[in-house]
Amino acid sequence: MTTTVELMDYAEVVERYDPVLGLEVHVELSTNTKMFCGCPNSFGGDPNTHVCPVCLGMPGALPVVNGTAVESAIRIGLALNCDIAEWCRFARKNYFYPDMPKNFQTSQYDEPIAFDGHIDVVLDDGEVVRVDIERAHMEEDTGKSLHVGGATGRIHGAEHSLLDYNRAGVPLIEIVTKPITGMGERAPEVARAYVTALRDLLRAMDVSDVRMDQGSLRCDANVSLMPKGASEFGTRTETKNVNSLRSVERAVRHEMTRHAAILADGGSIKQETRHFQEADGTTAAGRTKETAEDYRYFPEPDLVPIAPTREWVEQLRGTIPEMPWERRKRIQDDWNLTDEELRDLVNTGAIDLVAATVDAGASQADARSWWVQYLNQQATSRDTELADVAITPAQVARVIELVGSGELTNKLARQVVDGVLDGEGDPDQVIEKRGLKVVSDDSALLAAVDEALAAQPDVADKIRGGKVQAAGAIVGAVMKATKGQADAARVRELILERVGA
Amino acid sequence: MSNISRDEVAHLAKLARMAVTEEELDTFAGQLDQILDAVAEVGEVAGDDIPPTSHAVPLTNVFRPDEVRPGLSQDEALSGAPAAEEGRFRVPRILGEEQ
Repeated sequence: MTTTVELMDYAEVVERYDPVLGLEVHVELSTNTKMFCGCPNSFGGDPNTHVCPVCLGMPGALPVVNGTAVESAIRIGLALNCDIAEWCRFARKNYFYPDMPKNFQTSQYDEPIAFDGHIDVVLDDGEVVRVDIERAHMEEDTGKSLHVGGATGRIHGAEHSLLDYNRAGVPLIEIVTKPITGMGERAPEVARAYVTALRDLLRAMDVSDVRMDQGSLRCDANVSLMPKGASEFGTRTETKNVNSLRSVERAVRHEMTRHAAILADGGSIKQETRHFQEADGTTAAGRTKETAEDYRYFPEPDLVPIAPTREWVEQLRGTIPEMPWERRKRIQDDWNLTDEELRDLVNTGAIDLVAATVDAGASQADARSWWVQYLNQQATSRDTELADVAITPAQVARVIELVGSGELTNKLARQVVDGVLDGEGDPDQVIEKRGLKVVSDDSALLAAVDEALAAQPDVADKIRGGKVQAAGAIVGAVMKATKGQADAARVRELILERVGA
Repeated sequence: MSNISRDEVAHLAKLARMAVTEEELDTFAGQLDQILDAVAEVGEVAGDDIPPTSHAVPLTNVFRPDEVRPGLSQDEALSGAPAAEEGRFRVPRILGEEQ
């Protein structure tokens, strides 16, 4: 099914057209249970083991709303500066598809729980772009299909499909932006930055795992182009299956170049769903979008309306944490960081870890150095995320404390950290087990110093003659003899004492 | 006066996966017209101060605590399925695209 697609050079696209974006982000809430029944909401599990008559759509089964999910929806709305509906209902969105056992999705239509908000998104160079939020509404996830037969496990050529409904009914919040205009060549970057900001916000609020790779955060990107100077939006396409932040940017950019080539050639864009192809960064046509009317939405008769009292909303407002970008700004000011230093912290995902290490008593400079450098390298070589390395901020703070008091050298400290990462216990246990304490016993050090001086009499003479910097060679020999467990500064003092310099 | 066309009835039938005969298209178009007209009369009576009602019971905010409750086992879940495979419901080939 390979067809050659004409693409326009990106520079020409942004010279001739203005892109308009609309982003729909689906977030799976990390509640204990599903949206309308008490089945566990957890990723994976044997197929069809987290199911009951409600989420399987059995006749007569009645849904009951998960109160915690509503609370999360309101909190997300508030964090996005939305108004919270005084009264709203669920609605049935009717369509047939095997991953949806009820043959309708319980969603919200013209009465979303949250609407008219905004979020300020910080781009890589520090520029802030305000993205307006149209609405955030509650709905439920679908089951998962496995296509059997055919070459690729995809739907094309499959002989039949197998359905697992463990995910059916998992609470979803759909967050929809207003049209994002005027971004020009930065549109793909804005799309990525927006989804990144949402992810950071949702993570800080602890309402979702926000794992794009596992589908707990999904982005559908609507893209259209209009000729420069025009005010009427062009026909849009909606790209799905965008599974990483980088893919959001690539998908938007690809659709811009594809649309532009068609439009410049006198063609017209077909309003359709497209699927992003991770492998080559292109999109492939999907089904032609049904219109909203075709879904025959109507108010859900099995659920009563939701009317959040203003007291409840204000109480929830009090639980909204500091926004991640505000926190970053504050940390940058508090710690006096350059933009570059802050970026290193953010890009390595170290900011919370460093903050926690500082809270545990370390200086921010030491904490930053450990996390951004040594531990980040270790995370990379151990093929894990920095946040998942097997050492706690408190343990890192302890290592820093021991270096500060002279009980560990930097070299020893790294060995202690390695031991912790290898599961040998906390820093003090590793020191005990590996015998990593600095040799601070002067008599032991003096013996090593004397030995080193005797081995290199010419160097000893130089030092005696006033060439104090020559002591470095003796320090090195002593460090080697003590396997790095000596305090280099103390060794130096002893050498100078010994030669009487 | 509403006026539902045969084409609209055919489209609705397709969306609802219903097989409708040519004669039924005419019958249903007329019947749907009557139903819509009847419903429209309610709109004439209801003033702006009357909130839309989708429930006969004046209740709001009925919530469930976020606590896991026992559901069905895999065997129980699949017991009514016409076909199952690898612990999953087996369905015929899906025409059209992935959602």
